[in-house]
Amino acid sequence: MRIRVCIARLAVPVLAAAMLLFVTAKSSMVVKAQQAPAAMEVKIDNFSFGPAAITVSAGTTVTWINRDDIPHTVVSDDKIFKSKVLDTDEKFSYTFSKPGTYPYFCSVHPKMTGKVVVQ
Amino acid sequence: MTNKKDEILHDHNHDGIDRRGFLKCMAWAGTGTLCVIQGGVLKSFALDRTSDPGGAAAKGELSFVQLSDSHMGFNKPANTDVAATFQAAIDKVHGLATPPEFLLHTGDISHLSKPEEFDTVDQMLRNTGKETFFVPGEHDMLNDDGKQFMERYGKGSKGSGWYSFDKKGVHFVGLVNVMNLKAGGLGSLGHEQIEWLEDDVKHLKSSTPIVVFAHIPLWSVYPEWGWGTEDSAQALAYLKKFGSVTVLNGHIHQIMQKVEGNVTFHTAASTAFPQPEPGKAPSPGPMKVPAEQLRSYLGVTDVNYVQGQHALAVVDSKLG
Repeated sequence: MRIRVCIARLAVPVLAAAMLLFVTAKSSMVVKAQQAPAAMEVKIDNFSFGPAAITVSAGTTVTWINRDDIPHTVVSDDKIFKSKVLDTDEKFSYTFSKPGTYPYFCSVHPKMTGKVVVQ
Repeated sequence: MTNKKDEILHDHNHDGIDRRGFLKCMAWAGTGTLCVIQGGVLKSFALDRTSDPGGAAAKGELSFVQLSDSHMGFNKPANTDVAATFQAAIDKVHGLATPPEFLLHTGDISHLSKPEEFDTVDQMLRNTGKETFFVPGEHDMLNDDGKQFMERYGKGSKGSGWYSFDKKGVHFVGLVNVMNLKAGGLGSLGHEQIEWLEDDVKHLKSSTPIVVFAHIPLWSVYPEWGWGTEDSAQALAYLKKFGSVTVLNGHIHQIMQKVEGNVTFHTAASTAFPQPEPGKAPSPGPMKVPAEQLRSYLGVTDVNYVQGQHALAVVDSKLG
């Protein structure tokens, strides 16, 4: 009987320590994700979005940067996001929180189209 | 006319609108070409070889000048001083043998729709003392869906800025095809504007010369680069009864002409920077040319109407 009790007494702190470890590991993962959130860049160059189609995970922030000598915009077909006009080297960012397909275009040059797929 | 080798002569229009007579004349401002259309005949010859551009060849009852794509505010390597080249265009207007009745600006007045960009152009045009008519380009409607453009230039216009007026028996129609552009699409007039056009011209005699002006070409120049208007055919259908229809556009920063049936299409050069020929570059972005050649790519268009003749004389002048 004595021996069993001892094992039980030992088991509690061991289990607690394991749980603590697990929690610590999990929270450090969360912290790490916050420090470097998923990000993706799309370049606007030669009147096209590059890459024109991207697939990202939910929570990813996509940044468009205009490398052309002509202003462009980034406008969702469904008006979910809409940039101001971007002159040369100006940027626009949007964070995609929900999964789905988000087609977009340049409202100044509507032949320019792109797509963000959020998983 | 002095040098037969440089002259192209096409008689395309004797049997009216049913004939799908097709003439396409691509005249790059860089080569300095003067085009004159009179009585349905197009003559094209090198500007350098004529001593009197816009002079005797183009005298008539009414003349006006088309300016386009001043892109005030643009300051990239293709042209770091667009105010100077716009002023050169205005100086060219002053130098014309036949003083124009008025000016047309076919859009992209500003580069980024900034108030100060519009102010600069307005001030420079005011100095000409000429009445000026405008239609917007897509660069004039940025961020505010054209609110500012309408406040400045839209007085008395319909919808997003379309209108018509008459000068010496010629009916002018200013159309807007840069609003509500759809993903993957071209320029667009929209149902409301096309219906207005039908109503606007239906009481006119078929002998009335018609001049339509809009920013994006109303013909399919190069759809791959968005150089066309998706519903322009519907609009032009309402102009079929007229013997003479001239369509003036900007947007593509180079001179191009096409004659189809009763309609002569013409695009003007920009006063700011040239763009490449369709498909001849990876994109339609500003074309950088040697500084000493820049002004030969920019220009003004002088249009002359001779009463009793079928078509208008369109004369392009380079700036340098």
